Amino acid sequence: MTSFNQSSPPAPVVVIHIRQSTYMLHGTIHRTVPLTNEPGIAFQIARSRLAIVASQPLRPAETPWKGVEQGELRPMSYISRTFGAIATAAMIGAGATSAIAAEETIKVGVLHSLSGTMAISETTLKDTVLFLIDEQNKKGGVLGKKLEAVVVDPASNWPLFAEKARELISQNGVSVVFGCWTSVSRKSVLPVFKELNSILFYPVQYEGEESERNVFYTGAAPNQQAIPAVDYLMSEDGGSVKRWVLEGTDYVYPRTTNKILEAYLLSKGVAAEDIMVNYTPFGFSDWQTEVSAIKKFGSAGKKTAVVSTVNGDANVPFYKELGNQGVKATDIPVVAFSVGEEELAGIDTKPLVGHLAAWNYFQSIDTPENAEFIKKWRAFIGNDKRTTNDPMEATVIGFNAWVKAVEKAGTIAPDSVIDALIGVSVPNLTGGFSTIMPNHHITKPVYIGEIQDDGQLDVVWQTPGLVVGDEWSDYLPDSKDLISDWRAPMSCGNFNVATGKCGGKGS
Amino acid sequence: MVDMISRFKTLLATLALVVLAAIPAAHADDLKPLVDGLGKSGYAALRQAVGALAATGDPAVAPILQSLSTGDLYVRKSDRAVFAATKAEDGFKLTDPATGTDAGTATSGEIDKIKVNNAVREAVTTALGSLTLMSPDIAKRRLAAADMFRNGDPAQISLLDQAIAKESDAGIAATLQLARAAAVLKSDQPDADKIAAIHVLQTKGGRDVLGQLTAIEASSADGAVKTAAADALTSIRGTLKLWDGAQNILYGVSLGSVLLLAAIGLAITFGVMGVINMAHGEMVMLGAYTTFVVQELIRNNAPWLFDWSLAIALPLAFLVAGLVGVLIERMVIRYLYGRPLETLLATWGVSLILQQAIRTWFGPNNREVGNPSWMSGAFELGNLTITYNRMWIVVFSLVVFAALMLVLKRTSFGLQTRAVTQNRPMASSMGIRTPWVDALTFGLGSGIAGIAGVALSQIDNVSPNLGQGYIIDSFMVVVFGGVGNLWGTLVGAFTLGIANKFLEPYAGAVLGKILVLVFIILFIQKRPRGLFALKGRAVEA
Repeated sequence: MTSFNQSSPPAPVVVIHIRQSTYMLHGTIHRTVPLTNEPGIAFQIARSRLAIVASQPLRPAETPWKGVEQGELRPMSYISRTFGAIATAAMIGAGATSAIAAEETIKVGVLHSLSGTMAISETTLKDTVLFLIDEQNKKGGVLGKKLEAVVVDPASNWPLFAEKARELISQNGVSVVFGCWTSVSRKSVLPVFKELNSILFYPVQYEGEESERNVFYTGAAPNQQAIPAVDYLMSEDGGSVKRWVLEGTDYVYPRTTNKILEAYLLSKGVAAEDIMVNYTPFGFSDWQTEVSAIKKFGSAGKKTAVVSTVNGDANVPFYKELGNQGVKATDIPVVAFSVGEEELAGIDTKPLVGHLAAWNYFQSIDTPENAEFIKKWRAFIGNDKRTTNDPMEATVIGFNAWVKAVEKAGTIAPDSVIDALIGVSVPNLTGGFSTIMPNHHITKPVYIGEIQDDGQLDVVWQTPGLVVGDEWSDYLPDSKDLISDWRAPMSCGNFNVATGKCGGKGS
Repeated sequence: MVDMISRFKTLLATLALVVLAAIPAAHADDLKPLVDGLGKSGYAALRQAVGALAATGDPAVAPILQSLSTGDLYVRKSDRAVFAATKAEDGFKLTDPATGTDAGTATSGEIDKIKVNNAVREAVTTALGSLTLMSPDIAKRRLAAADMFRNGDPAQISLLDQAIAKESDAGIAATLQLARAAAVLKSDQPDADKIAAIHVLQTKGGRDVLGQLTAIEASSADGAVKTAAADALTSIRGTLKLWDGAQNILYGVSLGSVLLLAAIGLAITFGVMGVINMAHGEMVMLGAYTTFVVQELIRNNAPWLFDWSLAIALPLAFLVAGLVGVLIERMVIRYLYGRPLETLLATWGVSLILQQAIRTWFGPNNREVGNPSWMSGAFELGNLTITYNRMWIVVFSLVVFAALMLVLKRTSFGLQTRAVTQNRPMASSMGIRTPWVDALTFGLGSGIAGIAGVALSQIDNVSPNLGQGYIIDSFMVVVFGGVGNLWGTLVGAFTLGIANKFLEPYAGAVLGKILVLVFIILFIQKRPRGLFALKGRAVEA
């Protein structure tokens, strides 16, 4: 291993991120082939003395990265003692032939679970960020520097999210993080982002009731998804629904959303006995009793609909049971807020035609922007059947807004970027523009789609214009007086207009 | 004279022929503007257009409406004409929906799909109901009658009367009578007729009737009709309450069969061998993924075999999971016999490895495992809806249980297994190769978990997390039923299933599960060895 100083030109150096530690590979490298367009993530080292466990699962389609003939892994600290400054050199991606100083890349953190229960949803978002970074680098990066992704795996473990967030910000020095899916993971990382003053883009629909200076919420707030969906069902086109079942998984998002919906329905003159609320545990699979309860509730002579905040894996057996028990969409439509194209990929949708989903984006939306995005995404991922979904679009909007804000601010310093982000407007994939509002939420169109027999969702209704995300719901008694505005001089996430003070609920 | 008559007859016949031949053509022309009406924007306009088409009563309308609801109708942007379009090489091939004649081609930019929502779909089913009521196809008539009953449209009473008079099938005629009663209730016919209609509905009973009568009871003014409706409702509700009890038992049996399937393999590895096998759930998952792979191969190579996919997957799942089980036993567990804590940790590690391996291999997303036709849908038994997949799973779980009992009680392998687990040194001195028996027994338990996976793939997600959802329940069942006793597992599974389903409607799914757990903890305090405790010296060993 002496070849490093002696050989001329110096042997290529590759820095590989493996979980917490940075390792350095050096030796005779004939050719390196990066893991398809995902810079800085993983290299397979054939016949090396140490096996590398990549920080993400290796997929069969991508395994033949050969070319590295010999090599050795040493911990960074060892190398840095020996070679000083050279050790900081990072050789990323296909350009593994010359050294680029680490300072010349801007690091972007990706904090999505790649294993555990949430991997089903979050892995796609990790790929989306890598795809966007790749696209941006093709355009020349940001501020003249290339972007570099740092991917960590919080493994669907909520406390681990906080640890990994801290690692990304303080050890890897990322300028921005795209991550989290569940609300509990977001709540877990919040203190870290506040303490270390970094930026988190959160791309998933959530229950609202939050606005933090360091977080930008590009997913839907309840008024951008749940309330328009209910409005549609109450309208004549939606079937003039009079009776409501609020069916959810037992955790914070369904509980808060259902609280808001219940208050909203009561304010619209729905009688309390025409609302049924029911919760089931995570991963619930035996829906017989629930579905028959829905049928029973629906046989009261009034048009009935189900508003489903059932999350993740539990949806497949729920829809299977609905289909098998013959609950047709024309009798009792089910509108879901967590079911998208990805979830439907695991079900035969023929018995489900006509059930609804409310989102801000559907793969089937026919705009040139969307067609372009789908084409590039499929080329990137190497699968021409891969679906796209709403949280992906939210990631796209967040990423592009961040790029624009950094260019506007001319720096990656968090405070400047946070200020610059407000008012930034970027094209979304549905043919319009989404703007980041002073409450750190964005403007979005709302679409109601009906499930088709090919597993896609066809838009049957959309809001006439864009809807601004409402962080503090107007329908909950303790948050209706709160507003959020992160612009100076207010700079407050929970300003109480009744008392005129900045403070939490009820203060 | 005779000649005149025959001539006249010929003339008549010719005339009739001409008229008959002219009718379809005339209709097709009449239909054209109505069909183009479907191209108007707005769902309300679309519903009206559907109604207008249905009002013609022309049987040719039925296929048009059918293709509307399946989303095959498109409107040409240039002249707002409506066509049925099928995907061709470059764009779409258009046909006239009324006549079926070829109407050229169009690119995807030139035409728009006519979007339908639930309200339009409902209008289409109503329309189709009235159009196909006289269809010669008995299945179509049955569907149409059911649709008419659901919608109960007063405007259709005379049509229903005609259909009842003509109907030869008793079942359909009964449904038509119900449809007529439902329609009468919504019409402005005299009270006596309405009360008669209520009695017709009351004899049918059931949820659908309940819904319709509740609406009538709520909307009608005080009087004889309201009282009759209220009486009918009370009687129907009373009957339904009884059925609810039966339904809970049925659901409980179904849940119990799922628990039994998941636990039965564990009853061998944990119950008989005493290995705390945390990787048990992953064996179930392997079975489910085997089913997926089999179905995928069949879909791509031999689609006609699809209904047999589960039968093919069963032995394969047994082999795959069993083989993995034997490997785990040989490589990990055999070094850890008698050290339960280490076994627990090691097998938990194995379970994580298996999960991540599957995730790496197949991806983290759910995989679609289809239901063969004989496992889809449901049938009605009185007021109970029994879904085929649940029913077959109950049957399957009992068959597996019986087969396992047979293996353990009637084969020499079973005899050896029992001998080894009861008294290892003695069995060994009798010439039994105990390590092999251990490995095969573990393989048997794992293989059975694998075939459980085949069944569970029909009702649950096929994802890397599939097994995790069942591991706790499986342990619960085995411990409750009594470790080391297969009958205990059977009784335990069905007891817990039924108890759970009786609690669920009152306590909710979350609290119901908690209550069951609390009950088991208390029960284990009282009877530490479960329902059916093993007795004798073997227990002490």
